[in-house]
Amino acid sequence: MNLALRDIRHHQSRFIQTCLGLGLLLGVVMSMGGIYRGLFTDATAILNSTAADLWVVQQDTTGPFAATSRIPEDIKFRIRAVPGVEQASALSFQNIQSERNGTPFRFFLVGYELGGLGGPPAIVAGRPIGQKHYEIVVDRAMKIALGEQLRLAGDDYTVVGHTAKMVSSAGDPVAYVTLADAQKIQFKDDNNAIRNSREKLADQLARLPILSRSQADQLTPQVAEIVGSTHIANTVVARLAPGADLALAQERINRWNHFRPLTAKDQEHILTEGMIKKAKMQLGLFRAILLVISGVIISLIIYTMTLDKLRVIATLKLIGTRNRVIVGLILQQSLLMGMIAYAIGLTLIELTHDKFPRRVDLVAIDLQLLFGIVVLICIGASLVGIRKAMRVEPAEALGG
Amino acid sequence: MYAVQIEGLTKIYGSGDTKVVALADATFDVTPGELVAILGPSGSGKTTLLTTIGLVTEPTRGKVVLDGELIADNGWPPSLDLKRVRREKLGFIFQSHNLIPFLTAVENVMIALENNGMGTKEARARSITILESLGLGHRMDQYPALLSGGESQRTAIARALANRPKVILADEPTAALDTENGRHVMALLKKLAVENNSAILVVTHDQRMVEGFDRIFTFSDGRIVDEKRN
Ligand SMILES: Nc1ncnc2c1ncn2[C@@H]1O[C@H](COP(=O)(O)OP(=O)(O)OP(=O)(O)O)[C@@H](O)[C@H]1O
Ligand SMILES: [Mg+2]
Repeated sequence: MNLALRDIRHHQSRFIQTCLGLGLLLGVVMSMGGIYRGLFTDATAILNSTAADLWVVQQDTTGPFAATSRIPEDIKFRIRAVPGVEQASALSFQNIQSERNGTPFRFFLVGYELGGLGGPPAIVAGRPIGQKHYEIVVDRAMKIALGEQLRLAGDDYTVVGHTAKMVSSAGDPVAYVTLADAQKIQFKDDNNAIRNSREKLADQLARLPILSRSQADQLTPQVAEIVGSTHIANTVVARLAPGADLALAQERINRWNHFRPLTAKDQEHILTEGMIKKAKMQLGLFRAILLVISGVIISLIIYTMTLDKLRVIATLKLIGTRNRVIVGLILQQSLLMGMIAYAIGLTLIELTHDKFPRRVDLVAIDLQLLFGIVVLICIGASLVGIRKAMRVEPAEALGG
Repeated sequence: MYAVQIEGLTKIYGSGDTKVVALADATFDVTPGELVAILGPSGSGKTTLLTTIGLVTEPTRGKVVLDGELIADNGWPPSLDLKRVRREKLGFIFQSHNLIPFLTAVENVMIALENNGMGTKEARARSITILESLGLGHRMDQYPALLSGGESQRTAIARALANRPKVILADEPTAALDTENGRHVMALLKKLAVENNSAILVVTHDQRMVEGFDRIFTFSDGRIVDEKRN
């Protein structure tokens, strides 16, 4: 005969209410773990889908995610020549603030080379980009249907494909165009500036005594092409051949000055340590506080339940009930409360995690760990009650 | 062998000015199946006698032997497992019935049997039999809050007798009942004690309840001042 269950049966509604409340608390704890995991997944989504070994960025920067980095696109040819490098391609990243049907929206635009690294990972609907211009692949979260047009920097781009759950490290949905289109979009606003600087350049060349008038005229567009090039990328990513030495390739590129080759690991470190560490600490602290609150609630409830039972416990002692039965009564109630609350919290979060605005990743190991912590909290919480119960004298059962 | 032997049993509460001699030098033996009534005014030490025999109150001096086992010799022997003795050899019935509120009548009886290692099924069957013999067959699934005073006390008797203890200690078991119910409960108690060959020590205020008892002690100021044999 299980005393714990029978006592609970007698105080059903109070017990269930407490479990519900605790369940909500634990649900929040679980969601926070999931939110952190989601932040991590989101932060590294582009990094991981690119699956490059090296990220070459502008010297002295931690780009392209955490800082601005600008490097000439052409450096990719030089990188391809580095021993061990199998594939290298340039990528362009930019945040776009746009407007659609009167509502502003933000997304993160990736420009990639067709057939190169860093393009859309799995296409969940439609097709990948097939031509060099005016096609765009957007994430489902942007809610733009296939075949629809999106106006960017004066041009209309046709949505040809959808990705799923691709977000930038800031959590904005990602869209993909070709590198050439991305560069066009990125430097479009500068067209006037380019014309101005071209005129200035022609002026300066004409004033050089060593150049004839016609030489200066011929040189102007070529110099302008070099100086005002829009063939700028934010990073060049490289994938090594199997078995190639990463450190060696990195070392080689490092020697060129002007560029900084970061490994995928470095990038992950930059993204997670630098950018979401605070969020992690914040969430971790919050979870710890909520767990402490849960512990306090459980121990308070178990303690009051024990206080209500002091006479019962005295009677049990009087009729010779073993201590382990009495300890079991309190401990089982505490554990049961924790486990029911855990189950309620888990059900709740399983049902709702898809509806969160940002990704909530429920990871089995996190949930198992939390379960272990809840069990420990329950055991701890019951100790106060057990101590009280052990001090009860059987004589207390005799008083009128 | 005696069911209970006490010798020079003394309980003193407090010390100095606040010293109270609750029980002074009580000496007597009870044979198995013997019905003993204990009378006396309030504060005369009746409850103290039962609780010192019942391993609830540690005596200051004197000896208690229960069913051949020395359970007090100027205090409790250090190695004595009080709970074991209580669950194996003793049955308690008190004025307030002390039933466990979250257990039904039958479960209240079962717990005593399970305490002694009996399996749930057997304990249930046995408890039902006992409750039926006490006329509670139809009430056995009720919670104590819904039982009448007499029904509660009969359930408490069933619990005390379930393990067929050698000694039953009953402290004013009929005090909370009206006369008719009181008589009925007392009669059942006596009948079951005789059937089980249990010695029974009943404390009561009520002279009318003691008919049919083998021996009647009267207490005053912690001492036995009168002993009658029927
Ligand atoms: N725990 C205690 N601490 C101090 N004194 C006590 C304690 N228990 C009992 N006493 C005292 O011991 C004496 C005997 O008490 P006891 O309860 O045995 O009397 P009783 O005969 O059962 O009385 P009643 O008929 O009122 O139940 C009383 O003077 C009482 O005040
Ligand atoms: Mg008394």
